[in-house]
Amino acid sequence: MFWNALTLQLGYNATLVTIGATLLGIAAGVTGTFLYLRKRALVSDAISHATLPGVGIAFMLMVLLGGDGRALPGLLLGAAVSSWVGLLCVSWLTQRTRLSEDAAIGAVLSVFFGFGIVLLTVIQTMGAGRAAGLESFLLGATAGMLFNDALVIAGGGALTLVAVLILRRPMTLLAFDPEYAAARGINVGRMDLAIMALALAVTVIGLKIVGLILIVAMLIIPPVTARFWTERTDHMVMITGLCGGLAAWIGAGLSAVAPAMPTGPIIVLVSFGLFVASLLLAPNRGVLAVYLRHVRFQRRVHLRQGLLALAQGQPIYEAYTVRLLKQAGLAHADGVPTEAGRARAAKALRDEKRWELVRADQAFESAAALYDGLRDIETVLTGDQISEIDQRIGGPQGVAS
Amino acid sequence: MSGEEFVPLSLTPMLIGVLAAVACALPGNFLVLRKQALIGDAISHVVLPGIVVAFLITGVVAAAPMMLGAAGAALVSVVMIEAIRRLGNIEPGAAMGLTFTTLFAAGVLLLEQSDTSSVHLDVEHALYGNLESLIWLDAIGWESLLDPVALAGLPPELGRVVIALLGVCAFLWLFWRPLVLSTFDESFAQAMGIATNRVGVALVMVAALAAVAAFDAVGSIIVIAMFICPPAAARLMTNRLEHQVGWSVVFAVLSAVFGYVFAGYGPLWLGFDNAVSAAGMIATVSGIILAIAACFAPHRHRSGAPAV
Repeated sequence: MFWNALTLQLGYNATLVTIGATLLGIAAGVTGTFLYLRKRALVSDAISHATLPGVGIAFMLMVLLGGDGRALPGLLLGAAVSSWVGLLCVSWLTQRTRLSEDAAIGAVLSVFFGFGIVLLTVIQTMGAGRAAGLESFLLGATAGMLFNDALVIAGGGALTLVAVLILRRPMTLLAFDPEYAAARGINVGRMDLAIMALALAVTVIGLKIVGLILIVAMLIIPPVTARFWTERTDHMVMITGLCGGLAAWIGAGLSAVAPAMPTGPIIVLVSFGLFVASLLLAPNRGVLAVYLRHVRFQRRVHLRQGLLALAQGQPIYEAYTVRLLKQAGLAHADGVPTEAGRARAAKALRDEKRWELVRADQAFESAAALYDGLRDIETVLTGDQISEIDQRIGGPQGVAS
Repeated sequence: MSGEEFVPLSLTPMLIGVLAAVACALPGNFLVLRKQALIGDAISHVVLPGIVVAFLITGVVAAAPMMLGAAGAALVSVVMIEAIRRLGNIEPGAAMGLTFTTLFAAGVLLLEQSDTSSVHLDVEHALYGNLESLIWLDAIGWESLLDPVALAGLPPELGRVVIALLGVCAFLWLFWRPLVLSTFDESFAQAMGIATNRVGVALVMVAALAAVAAFDAVGSIIVIAMFICPPAAARLMTNRLEHQVGWSVVFAVLSAVFGYVFAGYGPLWLGFDNAVSAAGMIATVSGIILAIAACFAPHRHRSGAPAV
């Protein structure tokens, strides 16, 4: 059943919703990448909440002009205009007053949203019943999705992706080094607005499916997820699109087979699931990888300290160190070194002395900079250099009488 | 307008609106100064899953478990934001956006899954609140303010908002010095022996308390708007913190009173029949106040910035 939903064999409406949601997920993820890299992820919150008054005004205008108030293109146009105004308010407040960006975002989102609610109550009293459905923009509603709606979403998503493709280089530059970007002749303010405008476009086309409160999640969660897997922007954009599309595809499929599972929240939760999996399992940046790295580091420190203690005949009180030495066959349970342990300990002590000379000698300055107490000296110096140092240390000598 | 009409129908909603606005604006001052303004946004979103879970556990729509649930959700969200930020090395804004949208989505899903159709619990209610319905039916006029029987019939939300406001005031009064120091100069505060982390968490919890109490009465829009707009406008009026707090209270009261009046009576003046959403109108008025402050307030520019 779930498989049928994923392979688009569950009827016309479910197919439309699944395709539309997947396209939206890809577009939202890709656009959100630059928003996230620019460290302005929460601007999307202001953008999305600021669409509401536009939806209300567009509805009223269309009714006043004698049309059907619920025509999707008109409503989306209104949403785009009002959230553009909201966006300009955010950047005006941030640049022209002393308010910081988070205060500007919060002020714009709450005021625009509040005004939108006022307009919705006005509409409710305007014509009985006709406004039904406008509330669906809050949380999205896919049940009554029409083919034209799907076309609007697909077309908008494709246009957004093309725009990202064209602007990807200046946007990347801006995200990592705004001053350099400015020096290269990129208009920083305008390029910032372009990033926001792309997010705005995604928000507006996503209103129908996930609603204005949850579209923020589709812009934020996939980039954060993708960031765990790569250090390269171009890879990140692709992984983000994959994560966003996958979450939307699975989410739409789930909501098609399970009753009372609204599409928007399910997509967000699937997306969050992908995030948690990445947070735990990603190589390098994942929690598990970091933990394993930490454990390995701890082992090396304990082993080395244990070997130095053995070499100097000091007792070892740390139980973990003794256990590690015993596992490696270097010491007995009571902390007395084995034959192999004695050899390794002598080598560790000798290496320590070698490092001491290296760090004292200006000629080895660059090698000495790599000293962290754990690095094997063989990985830093050549065999010739080491034997030169060994000559300075000298071999064992008898006591002069 | 006569007392017979005003006292039962408008006095209590207006009073609750004013008190809730002030209770949110007071901690909002510090949130805005600490660049944590959006914590208020996050808290007001996660209150929804909190009350839904409380409802699912207890099975009743009662104030106490819901407030506990909401406070618990606020705490969970703060912990989650911090955990994601540290574990994943993710910038705070994204961690916050990720957390509150996920929790909100979970709340909506729980709400749809559970059978809450019989009770008055839905997303719209959580967003708009029901300020207009908090009427005082036992009152017959101004004289009811002195009548103990009628006073017993005051809406219970009023009491809760008063308690929350008193709690916020007590917190600010008791911890004023550590709060101010850790807001403006964290390292100096640490050198003075103040546990700045704990002060920060305490501030967020107090904000959550105010948000939950206000949310119960007036919905989440007012909560976000009042956390940010009056303090932000006040920030543009003065360079002194005491004055800023004072201005923010003035702006919060003005927003609540004018918002309520415009929502309730504005449409009538314009010739329409029905009132509009009071919560939305209060948020709108606070935005207008902020806009005026941003254009004309004496300290609107950054210090040192060239006059434009």
